[in-house]
Amino acid sequence: MSARVMAENQPASFAFNAEMQERAKKIIAKYPAGRQASAVIPLLDLAQRQEGWVSRPAMEQIAVMLEMAPIRVMEVATFYTMFKLAPVGKNHIQVCTSLSCWLRGSNDVVKSCKDKLGIGLGEVTTDGSFSLEEVECAGACVNAPVIAVGDDYYEDVDYASTGKIIDALKRGEKLPPHGSMTGRDNAAPAGEKTSLTDDPTKPIPKQDFAAAKAAFEKAKAEAAAKAAAPKA
Amino acid sequence: MPKLTIDGIQVEVPPNTTILQAAEQIGVEIPRFCYHDRLSIAGNCRMCLVDVEKSPKPVASCAMPVNEGMVVHTKSERANKARGGVMEFLLINHPLDCPICDQGGECDLQDQAMAYGFDRGRFHENKRAVTDKYMGPLVATCMTRCIHCTRCVRFATEVAGVPELGALGRGEDMEITTYLERALSSELSGNVVDLCPVGALTSKPYAFHARPWELRKTESIDVMDAVGTNIRVDARGREVMRVLPRINEDVNEEWLADKSRHACDGLGYQRLDRPYVRRNGKLTAVSWEDAFDAIAVRLRASAGNRIAAIAGDLADCESMTALKDLMAALGSHNIDCRQDGAALDPKVRASYIFNSTIAGIERADAILLVGTDPRREAPVLNARIRKRFKKGGLAVGVIGADTKLTYKAENLGASADVLAKIADGTHPFAQVLKNAKNPMIVVGMAALSRADGNAILAAARQVADTCGLVKDGWNGFNVLHTAAGRVGGLDVGFAPGEGGKDTRGILEAAGKGEIDAVFLLGADEIDTAKLGKAFVIYQGHHGDRGAHRADVILPGAAYTEKDGTYVNTEGRVQEAYRAVFPPGDAREDWTILRALSAVLSKTLPYDNIKQLRARMAKANPVFAGYDKVQPAEWKSFGAAGSISATPFVYPVQNYYMTDPISRASRTMAQCTEEFVLGSKQKTGTHG
Repeated sequence: MSARVMAENQPASFAFNAEMQERAKKIIAKYPAGRQASAVIPLLDLAQRQEGWVSRPAMEQIAVMLEMAPIRVMEVATFYTMFKLAPVGKNHIQVCTSLSCWLRGSNDVVKSCKDKLGIGLGEVTTDGSFSLEEVECAGACVNAPVIAVGDDYYEDVDYASTGKIIDALKRGEKLPPHGSMTGRDNAAPAGEKTSLTDDPTKPIPKQDFAAAKAAFEKAKAEAAAKAAAPKA
Repeated sequence: MPKLTIDGIQVEVPPNTTILQAAEQIGVEIPRFCYHDRLSIAGNCRMCLVDVEKSPKPVASCAMPVNEGMVVHTKSERANKARGGVMEFLLINHPLDCPICDQGGECDLQDQAMAYGFDRGRFHENKRAVTDKYMGPLVATCMTRCIHCTRCVRFATEVAGVPELGALGRGEDMEITTYLERALSSELSGNVVDLCPVGALTSKPYAFHARPWELRKTESIDVMDAVGTNIRVDARGREVMRVLPRINEDVNEEWLADKSRHACDGLGYQRLDRPYVRRNGKLTAVSWEDAFDAIAVRLRASAGNRIAAIAGDLADCESMTALKDLMAALGSHNIDCRQDGAALDPKVRASYIFNSTIAGIERADAILLVGTDPRREAPVLNARIRKRFKKGGLAVGVIGADTKLTYKAENLGASADVLAKIADGTHPFAQVLKNAKNPMIVVGMAALSRADGNAILAAARQVADTCGLVKDGWNGFNVLHTAAGRVGGLDVGFAPGEGGKDTRGILEAAGKGEIDAVFLLGADEIDTAKLGKAFVIYQGHHGDRGAHRADVILPGAAYTEKDGTYVNTEGRVQEAYRAVFPPGDAREDWTILRALSAVLSKTLPYDNIKQLRARMAKANPVFAGYDKVQPAEWKSFGAAGSISATPFVYPVQNYYMTDPISRASRTMAQCTEEFVLGSKQKTGTHG
C-alpha cells in the first residue's frame, strides 16, 4: 500500500446535513462531558457517509464540534485506511487481494472489475460513478475471494459473479443479496461436511474417563519398563 | 512502597514509579528515545526494553510500573539482544548522513548506536525518504531522519500548549508535521530542537555553523526576560554561536524561550565597539581619554541636582551599583532603573518581587493575572502556569485584553477598575481567591507603568490582604517584570534618593532644561525626544535608540561578555559569567564607570569585582547569597487612589523584539515577519 495523502483539491467548506447533525448529536451525547473527543471516529464516519470521503474542512468542522485541535482529528483520519482522504466514486468497490483471496482467484475478480469499469486499482471512473480499491485482508478468508460494495460483502465471487454485481450497479438495479455468491450457508464448508458429522440433536455418548486414564498409565508403565530393562 | 531488584541492587521506590525511573535513582542507565522526564509516557520507541524475571518477553521499562519483588536485569543477554534488535529496526530507515547532520556529536541515536547497536546492518532494501516540513524560521527539519519518538508532538501539546504538531499516517508512512505546515506558533518552539533525539529537528539559524566539540561552553543567565533562565552560552572564538538552556528546577526546569535562545545573533550586529563624541552634530570615533574628557568638562560645569541617570533593562547589578555610587559622589539623587515608570516601591522588597517564587506556581490553585500577558512577557513562567493547569483544579482570572494564553482563563474585564471591585470584595472572583488554598495575584507592568500605577499597586495589595494571599508559608503577591535588570536595580537601590527625580521627572526636567546631563546606562526604552537639550551620555553595547540621541557613547559589554549579577523577577540573585570578550574597545561596564570616576576625581572605592560585590552585599544582604530567594517581609506599600477605567496596554507587543539585542537580530526579524506581521503583510503580490 502506498502512502495516503490528502487530496490536493479540497472543498471550501463542510457542514453536516440535518440528518447527520442529529446522529452526530446522539453520538456525542454517549460520552461523558469533557470526553467528547472520543466521538471522533464515528463523526469522521458520518462525514464520509455524507460526502463519500473525509475532506479537510470536514476534519476542521469535527475538530470544532469536539473541541479538539484540528491536527488531532487529522491524525485519526490519516491513521485509519477506511477513511478516504480523496474523493471516491458513487459506488466504491474494494477488492481483497491478500493471501487467501489471491489463492482462491482474486486476480480474476480484479480483472473482471477492470474489464467492466475500464479503470485500474485506486482509480475513479471519469463520470465519478465507480472507484476501485485494493484492500488488505478484508477478514472474510473462509469465503474468499471477497469484494465489498459500500457496507456489503460479496463472498465467493469469481469473474462472472463480479461482473453481474457491477452490471447491476451500472443499471441501478436491485443488487443480489450480499453474502456468498455460490449460495453456501454462511461459512459452512463449500462441499460435504468433513467434521462434526454426528447428529447434533442426539445426546453425546458417555465416556469412561477412568478407564481411558488407566489404559494410558498402563501403556506408560510398560514403555518405562521396556526402556529400563537391560538390553538383551 | 514496593521493593525491587535491578541488576542485583535492591531499591525501594514509591508506587507508580516506572522501572526506568527506579533504575535512574540507583544510577543504572537504560537507553531511551521517546521517554522524557517532563513529557507524558509514550512507550513507542522500545529502546528501553529490559528483562524482567517471570515475564515471558522483554518489557518496555519506561511504561512499566514497578511491582513488589520484581527482579529486573538491564544488561542480560536477552535485554541486550532486544535493544540491538530495536536499534537495528530504527536504523533501517535512518539515513547514514551523520557527517552532514547538525546533530552529529550530540545525537542520542549516534551515542546509543555506538553503545547498543550492532556493527553492521542487514537491511539491503531501499530506505524510505520523507519530504521536509516547514516549521517556521527557527526549526529546520530533515524528516527522513525522524524516528517517530513523538517527543516534539508531546512537547507542543503538553508544555507549549499549542497542539499544532502531529503524526499523520501510520506505520512506515507516519510523518511528523505541523498542521498544514504552518510555522509552530509558540514562544518555546526552540525546545523541540533540544528534545529531538536525532537530527530531524535542528536549529535553523545555527544550521551548519559549528560542531559541538568546537564550542567553548560558559554557564550564564539570560537577560531577555525577567525569568532569569539559566543558560549555557556556546562560543567559538569571539562569536557566540548559540544559547542553550541549563537545568534549574526552581526557575526554568529545562526550557528556554525562543528570544533568549535565538536573539544571540544580534550580538554581532550594530555593536558599539569604540567611544564616540558628538562633534558638530555628528558622532565621531574618539579615544577613551577624549570621551572621558568630554564628559568631565560637562559634568564639572553642572551642579549635582542637575545631573541624572537612567539604567536600562539589561543592566547588571555591578554596573548599576557603580553608577549609583558615582552619581552619589557627584551629588545627584536623580537616578532610576524603571524606564517605563513602573510604580514599584524600592523600599519594600515584597512589593516588587514574585514572592511565591516560580516553583511556587505549582502549589497555587487560583491565579489572578492583572495587566500581564505571561505568554509573551515570560514564556517559561507561562509554561509553569500551564504545567500547574494541566494537573487540574486551577482557576485563572485575567484583567486585561484577551491574549492567547495556553490555559483556560476567565476574562474578568479589560479595564483596571475590575481590580478595585475584587479588592472590595464585590466581584465574584474575590470569592474564588478567598476559597483557594494558595491564591496568587500576578501584577504586570501594563498595570504598574500607568499614571495610576501606585493606586493599582495599592489595590493589588488590598486584594492580597482581603483575599488571604499572604499567610504562613505562602505569599501570593507577585510582580511579573519584563526587564532582567529591574529587580536587581531596585535591590541595589538604583531609585531616586531623597528629593531625587524618577524617570518621568528626569525626562520632564530635561525637557524643560532643568537637567543638564543625563547618563543612560543601556537605557533604550525611553522616549529620547523628551530629553530636550540635555547632554546625553550613553553607555551600552548596541547602537540603538539611546545611542542615536547620545552626545558621548561609551561602549560597554553585552550580557555574554561580562561577569555580572542579575536578580530575576522572584528575587533570585544569579551570577552570569563571561563567555566571550567585548568587541573592539568596549569594556565591562562597571570598569568603565570606575575609570570615569577617576577622571572626575571621585574615584570609586573598588578596584576589582570582588570588592564591588562585597560593597553590594554590604549595602543589601540579598547579594550575599547566590542562587537563593530570600523571602521578603510583608510591609505596607502603594498609595490608594482612584483607578481609571482605561484598559491595560501590554508592554510586549512584539515578543521577538523587546531590547537592543533582539532588535539587532536577523533571526528575530524573521520571526517578527512570520509571527507578528504575518498575515498583515502578505498580499496578493507576495506569491
